[in-house]
Amino acid sequence: MEAIAQQFLNLAIMERALPLLLMGLRQTAILCLVVIPLGLAGGLGVALLSRSPLRLVRWAAVVGIDFFRAIPPLVLLIFIYSGLPFAGIRPSPLTAVAIAFFLNTSSYYGEIYRAGIESVGQGQWDAARSTGLRAHQALAYVVLPQAVRNVLPDLVSNAVEVVKLTSIASVVALPELLYSADMARSVTFNNSPLVLAAALYLIILWPMVRLVSRLERRIAT
Amino acid sequence: MQGSPRFVDVFFNWVLIERYFPAIMKGVAVTIEIAAAVVVTGLALGLILAIVRAFRFLPVSALIVVFADAFRALPPLVLILLVYFGLPNLGVSLPSFAVLWLVLSLVLAAFSEEVFWAGLLSVPKGQWEAARSTGLGFLETLVYVVLPQALRLTVPPITNRTVVITKNTALGTVIGVGEILNQATTAQSFSGNATPLMMGAITYVILFIPVVVLGRFLETRFAWRRL
Repeated sequence: MEAIAQQFLNLAIMERALPLLLMGLRQTAILCLVVIPLGLAGGLGVALLSRSPLRLVRWAAVVGIDFFRAIPPLVLLIFIYSGLPFAGIRPSPLTAVAIAFFLNTSSYYGEIYRAGIESVGQGQWDAARSTGLRAHQALAYVVLPQAVRNVLPDLVSNAVEVVKLTSIASVVALPELLYSADMARSVTFNNSPLVLAAALYLIILWPMVRLVSRLERRIAT
Repeated sequence: MQGSPRFVDVFFNWVLIERYFPAIMKGVAVTIEIAAAVVVTGLALGLILAIVRAFRFLPVSALIVVFADAFRALPPLVLILLVYFGLPNLGVSLPSFAVLWLVLSLVLAAFSEEVFWAGLLSVPKGQWEAARSTGLGFLETLVYVVLPQALRLTVPPITNRTVVITKNTALGTVIGVGEILNQATTAQSFSGNATPLMMGAITYVILFIPVVVLGRFLETRFAWRRL
């Protein structure tokens, strides 16, 4: 028992690793602030494209969404980070992560927005247009607010997924929370930094997971 | 990019495609085996937990909620590293593919327990009461009356979540599981060429596009009735 505590809950090691982990946490936060807005914007873009009057555009948007939902994000990230240099493009870890996440997250958000927009009845569009609003105004003031409200749990739940997903940036040596923790682990030969990182993720994400459950229940009733 | 011949040479090099095709196929077998095992154990455990929760025995339900929340909140890669490096200290040593299977199964169990539970709650109380009044016991009511109605609703969200989690088999490369991504990166570093990475990416698309499309189909077919 003593030995297990030594290996997993070693307070002395946690204390030494904490500054490094907090720096990692800061990187994770920066990463989220970059990739979540990018994904939200890109997702709205593909959702609108998937409802374009042109069949070809619609088709291309749906194929794009399904393509990037089929590739594991880590595969995409490694392809961009270690594959693109062969084409003469050398992205920094942060750029590679931003591109990979943009492609992956936009597809997931796109699918959510699409379901949201479809959940708003055609009557809403027609009524908004008949009052003299232009298409983009009807979208921005009438349809989107209702669409977003209808799929709010999915939007928040996907944000949780994105925050969790930032941990794969450790694979391309971007010093975010998991990377810092794993570095501390390999230096100290002790698992406590990983446990500490898990605790930090839990502190941030547990309230969000609870929030998703509550939102889902509210919509369901 | 220095002209298209070089591009083809670096990303679609035929010699390398032939050379590394067997390795990628070996990766495909490993990916499919682990994914299938994860789907079976993850969904079974999730369903069992949701059923246990239906008995509403508070301490047990609370434990299930804590488990489901924690495994939904923690990044799978954190869990994989923790189990992989941690277990040997507990005197248990599992091969890396078993670590991947274990962690992803638990993550899928956590998510599917929540979905199954939401499905159980969505069945109106009258169904329970009517079934019990015909003389069916609690478990019989659950299995013959409530679950069949509840499961129908859970098909689309479970499918989509299962796809996301089986894609996470790619995380196994970090602990050296010889799945597709691992074979591709190994081949890439041996050959100094991006063709194996391209092969890996295309292989994933071929494997997962059908399930992604299936998920989309199920979503329209068994749509959750939203207000």
